[in-house]
Amino acid sequence: MSAAEKAQAAQSTRNGWLLSTPALVILTLFAVGPLMIVVVYSFLAPGQYGNVEWQFSLDGWRGILWTKDIFDDTYGLADANISIFWRSIKLSVLTTVLTFAVGFPTAWFIATRPQKSRALWLFLITIPFWTNLLIRTYAINEVIRNEGLMNTVLLKLGAISEPIRLIYTDTAVFIGMAYVYLPLMVLPLFAAIDRFDMRLLEAGYDLYASRMQVLRRVILPIVKPGIIAGSILVFVPSLGAYVTPRVLGGGKQMMIGNFIDLQFGQGRNWPLGAALSLTLLVIVTAALLIYVKYANRDVSNGH
Amino acid sequence: MATKTFSVAKLPGFTTTAIIVFIALYLPILTLVAYSFNASQSVAVWGGFSWDWYVKAWNNDAVKDATVRSLLIAVCAAVISTAVATMAALGTTRRKAFKGQTFIYVMINQPLMVPEIVTAVSLLILFGMVKQATGIQGIGYVIFAHAAFCIPFAYLPIRARLEGMDMTLETAAADLYATPWQTFRHVTLPILLPGVIAGAMLAFVISLDDVVITEFTKSGGQDTLPTYMLGQMRRQLTPEINAISSMLLALTIVLLTAFFLLTRKND
Repeated sequence: MSAAEKAQAAQSTRNGWLLSTPALVILTLFAVGPLMIVVVYSFLAPGQYGNVEWQFSLDGWRGILWTKDIFDDTYGLADANISIFWRSIKLSVLTTVLTFAVGFPTAWFIATRPQKSRALWLFLITIPFWTNLLIRTYAINEVIRNEGLMNTVLLKLGAISEPIRLIYTDTAVFIGMAYVYLPLMVLPLFAAIDRFDMRLLEAGYDLYASRMQVLRRVILPIVKPGIIAGSILVFVPSLGAYVTPRVLGGGKQMMIGNFIDLQFGQGRNWPLGAALSLTLLVIVTAALLIYVKYANRDVSNGH
Repeated sequence: MATKTFSVAKLPGFTTTAIIVFIALYLPILTLVAYSFNASQSVAVWGGFSWDWYVKAWNNDAVKDATVRSLLIAVCAAVISTAVATMAALGTTRRKAFKGQTFIYVMINQPLMVPEIVTAVSLLILFGMVKQATGIQGIGYVIFAHAAFCIPFAYLPIRARLEGMDMTLETAAADLYATPWQTFRHVTLPILLPGVIAGAMLAFVISLDDVVITEFTKSGGQDTLPTYMLGQMRRQLTPEINAISSMLLALTIVLLTAFFLLTRKND
């Protein structure tokens, strides 16, 4: 490389940084930077009326799993917290499994439509995806609440004699999350299946594979990146869900997101809230890293 | 041959499942819209067709106030995020990969990776400190919070547009003694424009839809439409919420259709 070329390359890099600077400044001030303050807050003591006392304390972190006995100051496992974590993980896993179970056939259906109508089907999946999450949660509420569509119809048909009380239960939150996050599963699955060469199916059948064998041995391995992407895209927001459990769980069936909110409100334990936020962040980041690792491995092994 | 491929791709039960999924996806939304035309006071009983709840929502000052604020925030956030995202996209494409580029990507996509509730409480803490230290109140906090999480949504379509762009046009302009600014103004920008508009629209929709971050960063009396609705859902439910939701839904569908037409024509 000549000196002139080198200078040009340096100039180009400098321009790249300069042009990116305004975006980086906004992101540092309003997205990345505030996370550092959360780290600091998690190591402070709670203030009496919310906020923090500026003294070092590990109680925030300890409070995630342990609770201090009021009488003898010993620490015991915080059952209430553990049940909230368990509910969050359970509902997120169930949501991921259900959205995959119904999302895969849906994505397959869209990908096998003729070119012309495919765009329309895809658009039909995209509309709910971009529709306000709160509105979609409220829409599910319209269907499953005690006097909602489902109970009205079932009562009219005489299938049940009194309304099924579904609202404000774990099941309601689960149905709601599966509903609102389904498009996040279908879209990456569609992208993966769309690239799939349908002639491979024919080859499979020609070699006397059954439908089940073709599904397991031919289709699933090839669309695996889409499955992983879809699962992550559903699992991550499910775990951090706030709106859906709040509206459909009615404040009692809390998930981690609502539990964090509680610490900054009535709970008046900001350090615990900060520690919980960071815990959630670490779990989510770990899930994303696993995804990146798998996605890269698939690419390198595939070729 | 073609027909055979088609039948091969058919797996038992898949079509049925897909149809059920589409019905399940739209039935709740349609129910919500249907109830917005319910004449009855209660959400439970169907009392005939009526526009009353739309009139009521339209005349409700709190709703009007929240709508204006939502639109103001969304426009400001979209303009800011699109402007900085356009610059960042120009900075990170069409040049030799440079050291630190991955860092810039990670930073730009950060809002997509961090759970909203975590960002929300971090901003709650930060803004609380700033407000206490400076005494400055106002809607600016919410606008900048929105601008930050809208950046990746504005960035992606712009970057996609840039990557598909023919660089020889700019070289040609430069060869014809156009200054870098003239080249940008008369060559790059016109070609880039559909991507910029698409990015701005996504940012606008994302900002308009936000509940969690707004809920934690707003001060008293700064409700946006979604936070107003969330507050109402805790109290008694009337079809007024359905009417507001339906209007917001209609706006989203119009914007999305425009977005699709805009990005499709460029293929």
